[in-house]
Amino acid sequence: MISIDWYLALSAILFCIGIVGVLIRKNAIVIFMCVELMLNAVNLSLVSFSSHYGNVDGQILVFFSLAIAAAEAVVGLAIIIAIFRNNFSVDITQINLLRW
Amino acid sequence: MITYSFIFLAVLAVATALGLVISKNTVNSALFLVLNMVSLSGVYLLLQAQFLAIIQILVYAGAIMVLFLFVIMLLNIDEEESLFNKFRIKYFVAFLLGVGIFAQLIYSIGSFSDTLPVVSAQMAEAGTVEAIGDVLYTKYSLPFHIIAMLLTAAVNGALLVAQHKTKPLTEEND
Repeated sequence: MISIDWYLALSAILFCIGIVGVLIRKNAIVIFMCVELMLNAVNLSLVSFSSHYGNVDGQILVFFSLAIAAAEAVVGLAIIIAIFRNNFSVDITQINLLRW
Repeated sequence: MITYSFIFLAVLAVATALGLVISKNTVNSALFLVLNMVSLSGVYLLLQAQFLAIIQILVYAGAIMVLFLFVIMLLNIDEEESLFNKFRIKYFVAFLLGVGIFAQLIYSIGSFSDTLPVVSAQMAEAGTVEAIGDVLYTKYSLPFHIIAMLLTAAVNGALLVAQHKTKPLTEEND
């Protein structure tokens, strides 16, 4: 059987790939997908703790986090559409109106 | 058997995550993310969380990724140029930051190594839809209803943001 360490290590690897993706990509939609990847990695670690302790509360928390992720995706994509309507681009290096 | 399944699913998840970050085409990135979520739902099945495995496919791979693909289709984004030809310093710093955070996480995971060797035996009953629904509608009833209101508010807000008729910035500056 696999101990909890391997599940947590997989979660850590996915989280760090998400971080690197957020930092190096310039397309706003891909950055958004990398954020979803990081959310999934954290969900995985919550589920693995919940399963190894035999306590269902962690899975309820993952359920709520899924709902929050859905709400966040809806609002974020609407904002991306609004930005695209103004700038005709989703390249975050071009969207620098508020940049100092 | 569980070990081999976990290795297969973990390799698939990491490979698709790398594909998501590296792929130049946005649609390919989105499809890689779908595959990543499917493999994560397989990992949930290994952890005896049947309800979350189904929800992961239904909500993430089914609903959220379709939304992403619709937006990609709607915006008609042209492909980025090759990812690794300029700004090498920036990529190097990003990579260093990722590796640093990964080292920290692995260090903290190693501190409680072997404290919880196997999946708890109670999970055979605790991960089912019945058990989760039992807790969700009693102990967590109020958060459940609040999350319903939050989703409604998010949909309304998204409609407001996306449909609002604004003039392009260039015309306002005249």
